[in-house]
Amino acid sequence: MVELVAKTPCAGLLPVSVGDLRIEETHMLPMSVIMPFLGKEEAVGATLQKAHGLALPPVNRAEIDGETSVLWFGRGQFLLRGAAPDADLTDLAAVTDQSDAWAVVRLSGAKAADVLARLVPVDMRLSAFPEKSTVRTDLMHMMASITRLGPDSFQIMVFRSMAQTLVHDLKGAMEAVGARG
Amino acid sequence: MRINCPVCGERDRREFYYKGAAVALERPAPDAGEAAWDEYVHLRENPAGETRELWYHESGCNGWLVVTRNTVSHEISGVELASEARS
Ligand SMILES: [Zn+2]
Repeated sequence: MVELVAKTPCAGLLPVSVGDLRIEETHMLPMSVIMPFLGKEEAVGATLQKAHGLALPPVNRAEIDGETSVLWFGRGQFLLRGAAPDADLTDLAAVTDQSDAWAVVRLSGAKAADVLARLVPVDMRLSAFPEKSTVRTDLMHMMASITRLGPDSFQIMVFRSMAQTLVHDLKGAMEAVGARG
Repeated sequence: MRINCPVCGERDRREFYYKGAAVALERPAPDAGEAAWDEYVHLRENPAGETRELWYHESGCNGWLVVTRNTVSHEISGVELASEARS
């Protein structure tokens, strides 16, 4: 019988370090996209708060508590990560399991924002993109979700099928930033 | 070129997909007749000046936008959500 082995999206690719810059894969955690039905956003927010202790974030913001987070994820879309969605949510929103669909990595280092500046058409400096900011944007040619976790660290998500390209592009930019000293 | 998305804020043009003139917002009634449907499907203005276009914020919020743009200067004078431009 074939023996199936679970692999994370970036298995064999990460971690990668260049100087103090580092990319590592984050833990595999449950992920669901929540799309509130028309007029139900407030009720979804109340349910999230009650069940998961996190509010529904405004556009371009994230709510983060330890390993549980809710990201703004597009127009009328939110990503719950780190918890299985409360059953009450399915009456208020379209909820789809995305746990295996995305490569989720953490980029850290004092010049992490300089690395992203080479790849992303959005201002990623701390002054313009403070902690718990999030965007849907391009990373090179990939659709991405990027969230600032701390002064020197970002969470980056792309479709799982693009994990290798993500690591390739990030590594190239890390080396270029590293070479400038 | 930058587009000020009503949802996301000002973003680089490469995040957007260009659809074309915003005619899809004025779809004729099924019984509007041949002439109206011929115009809707086939005939396009090619203005040197202000035009209304549909753009899709493909790698941003996924919103469909109506962008009012001058084809001569590329100046953008208005951006609104297509869902609001229709109503
Ligand atoms: Zn947008």
